[in-house]
Formats: sequence, structure tokens, C-alpha cells
Amino acid sequence: MKPHKFITFERILKNGVVGFGRNIWLAIAAIAMMGITLTILLFAVVANATFAHTIDIITDRIDVSVFLKDSVDSGDRAQLIDDLKKVENVESVQYISKDEALKRYRAQNVDNPELLAAISEVDNPLSQEIIVQPIDANNMQPIKDYLEQPAIAELQSDPTSYSGDRKEAIDKIAKATRFFEQAGVVGIVIFALISTLIIFNTIRMAIFNRRDELVIMRLLGASTWYIRGPFVVETILYGLVAAAFSLIICASLFAIASSTLQASSLGLLDIKYSGEYFKDNLWLILVVQLAAGIVIGAVSSIIATRRYLKLNR
Amino acid sequence: MILLDRVTKTYNRRGAALERVSLHVEPKEFVIIVGPSGAGKSTLFKLLTREEKPSAGKIIVGGMDYEHLSDKDIPLLRRKIGVVFQDFKLLNNKTVFENVAFALEIAGLSNPEIKHTVPKVLDIVGLKGKEDHYPLELSGGERQRVAIARAVVRQPKILIADEPTGNLDPKHAWDVIKVLEKINQFGTTVLLTTHNQEIVNTLKRRVVTLKDGQVISDRAVGQYKS
Repeated sequence: MKPHKFITFERILKNGVVGFGRNIWLAIAAIAMMGITLTILLFAVVANATFAHTIDIITDRIDVSVFLKDSVDSGDRAQLIDDLKKVENVESVQYISKDEALKRYRAQNVDNPELLAAISEVDNPLSQEIIVQPIDANNMQPIKDYLEQPAIAELQSDPTSYSGDRKEAIDKIAKATRFFEQAGVVGIVIFALISTLIIFNTIRMAIFNRRDELVIMRLLGASTWYIRGPFVVETILYGLVAAAFSLIICASLFAIASSTLQASSLGLLDIKYSGEYFKDNLWLILVVQLAAGIVIGAVSSIIATRRYLKLNR
Repeated sequence: MILLDRVTKTYNRRGAALERVSLHVEPKEFVIIVGPSGAGKSTLFKLLTREEKPSAGKIIVGGMDYEHLSDKDIPLLRRKIGVVFQDFKLLNNKTVFENVAFALEIAGLSNPEIKHTVPKVLDIVGLKGKEDHYPLELSGGERQRVAIARAVVRQPKILIADEPTGNLDPKHAWDVIKVLEKINQFGTTVLLTTHNQEIVNTLKRRVVTLKDGQVISDRAVGQYKS
């Protein structure tokens, strides 16, 4: 004979699955609600990741050009580059010679013959250049401080690109991107909280619909978990189906978007990246979705059944 | 078997629903509790199933003192008592078989035992062949018999039935009463509340009359005059 606990567990599972089937319309309504909520949340997460990616691209373009006098020789230059690499917040340092600077200038102004004519190889007016790439565009001060030391300033032919109007513009962009990144995280957290509340309420209504069953079982002398267990099993099933449903919706929408939308981006949202992000993180998303469905479903049903199972009234 | 000692139940706003009610029921007795609506029959019933706690007084059923019941004991107590409700209280999402089997499942009986016992009891209450029906597909009398089958399937020492005939026509009402008598013959103590005069006067059993929350008469072979 099977041990008592095992029989009880088996019956709870079976009653949960049977209950799911017999209350299929209630289940469909709850699953649709949970599925839509999870889908919107998933979209918000992907949109946030895409947005963060776009911001990364923007801030990656922020750098500081240091223009050196022609008199600076290769020894001093190498020393300067080495020292710059040690400065706080410096990601990389790149050297551009006078000739390279000219090539770049020509490439940039290929459509502007007047500007090209004004400059010739014999008399190259461009400076040799060091480009400093910061790690965090919000923290440019250490780089600026280093470059403004009198001994270093002496080597420069012109003020760095991080000065005047350009400095102001960079600072503004950096500040804005930081704000958007933080706003994205806060938005996701708020959204997740609201989603949890919506799902909790959906399950509460589903259980409210069947509160008579709970009360009757209680009167017949069933133990708390014998009554609650099947409901928890049912809501876990809701969560699993809803999570799968929302993944399928998202996957098909990204598939359709990438094949039919010619434009690869909508303003700040890079749809192509979104699709890739979704594909790259599919397993993680799947696990998190399923876990969220199970946990929110189980916890909600435990809380929602509590008031109908009170004994000492 | 059942002992009530000066039991009082007061709901906050209204007066006392039961006032100093004392009652002693011996094993295997068949006791009918009568009284007009509002006399306190349903309150007494709810106290016995421990849906509610008495405001004062002592209740002992089957050796269990209600004063000392913990949350864990209440389900155990309810499994000892068979209960039949006026509104049936069947699980509408379960079949007739499953409704009766539920009482055995919660007691932890094995599946073979359940498969063996349930059809026998359904046969006794005359529901053979209706195992796979859902309660909403049955008539009122049939539903009440499912409820009785569920109450007796565990072979409880005590069966309490609250107006089991209240929703039934005379023919079905008598079917139900006959089943209760049969169960009583097998040795179960039966406590029946009703305000059906004909049933009370025909049964010739002990009758306890409640009025305004008090016991006004208790006769070995009672009559009921409304």
C-alpha cells in the first residue's frame, strides 16, 4: 500500500488537473489575462534592452580629441599615450598621425570640393591627434583635469575637443542618456509590480468564483492543503500556459517584424536589435517567464484561498 | 454521545440565538429537533459542526470537548460527524461518485477501498446508475440523497441533518427520512432538525422543541404542533 502522504499528493495533483479541465472557460479567461500581462511586460523588457543598446552606441561615440603640436616627437608622444592610459575612466587611446588626419578629413569632405581644394598634401595644416575614449561619458573630469595640466597643455596645438560648445553638448547627452537608463530600470520595476497585481487579482477573481467549493470542502473536514493544493496546481498550470502563450506571441511578432518591416528602426528603437536580443536571450526569457508564472500563480492562489479556509470564526 | 451544557450563542446586534440550552443524546438515539423559523435550530447545528463557537457553555461530541479544539482538530472532528445540509452543499464540479468519494479521500482511504465502498452506499440511497452524473443534472431529491450518501459513507457514529427535507416534495422527503431511519438501525446516532409536522408525528421518536432559543419541551415520543 502506498504511504498516506504520497496518496494525498497524488490526489492533489490529479484534482488540480481535473479541475483545470472542468473549469476550462474560467481557465481560458485567466490565462488570457495573465498571458497579455506577461507579453506586455516582456515587450517592455526587450524595448528597455534595445533602448539601452542605442544609448550605448551614442555614448560610445563620445570621445576626446587631443591635438598635438608638430614639434612633439615620437618619444614624448609615446610617453603621453602611456600616461593617458593610466588616467581614471580611460578606456582606450588611439593615435592619429598628420597624414591619417588628412586622409580622414578628405574622406569626410568628399562631397565638398571647395574644402578639399583649400588643403594640400604639401602644406598639411592638420595636427597629429590622440583620441581618448572614456569608459563613462558622465565622468569626463579626470581626463579633462589631466589634459589641462600645464606640462601637458604645452604639448597641444589647440584646445581639446572636450571644451567650449562641444563640451556642453557632450555633457548634456551624457546626462540625458543616464537619465533614460535609470528611467528604463524604474519603469520596468513599476511595470513588473503592476503586472503582478493584475495577475494576482485575476487569480483572486477566479477563486472567488469558486469559493463555495472551498467552504464546502472545509465543512466536510478536508485539511487546508488538501483543499488548497488543487487550486495551487491549477493556477500553476495557468501560469505555465500563459508564459508559453506570451513567448509564442512575442516570437511570432518579432519574426513578422523582421521579415516585413523594411525599416530596421523606429526612432530610438532598433527593431533588428530587439529581435536579436530576444533570440539570444530566449532561454533566459523562457526560464524567467515560466518561473514568474509559477511563482506568481502559486503565491496568489495561496493568499486568495486563505480567507475561505479560516477555521476559528 | 452528544452533550450540550447550558450553551448560549449571542450574535452581536440581535439578542441570544440560543440561551442556556442543555441537551443529552445517547448513542444510537434518533432525535428530532423542531421549532419555528428563528427558534435556533440552525444555530445549534452550526455549533455542532463547529462552524461557530458558543458564547458560553460546554459542547462535547463523541468525546471531543469543543473548548479545547485546535485548528488541526476541527477537520478531524468534522470527519467524525456525518452532516447533511438543507442546501445539499454538493461540489457541482464533481460527479456523484466523486462527491461521495471525496469524504473518503480526505480521510486518506486507498483507491481500491473507495471504489469498493462508494457504489454500495449509492445503492443504499437508490442512486445506482447515476455515478457519472453531475449534481446539477439531478433532481432535488436525488441531490439530497447524494448528500446523505456522502455523510454516511464514512460510517460515522453521529449523523446530523439540518432540514434535509426542507427543499423536497412529500414523496422525496419520505425517501430521505427512510434512509435516515435505515442508517439509525445500523447504529448511527441521528440528530434531525425539521419543521415538517407530518414527518415528526409519523416517526414517533424523541422530539426536542426549541422556541426563541430555548428548549421548551423534550419528550421521548414527541408530537409537533405548530
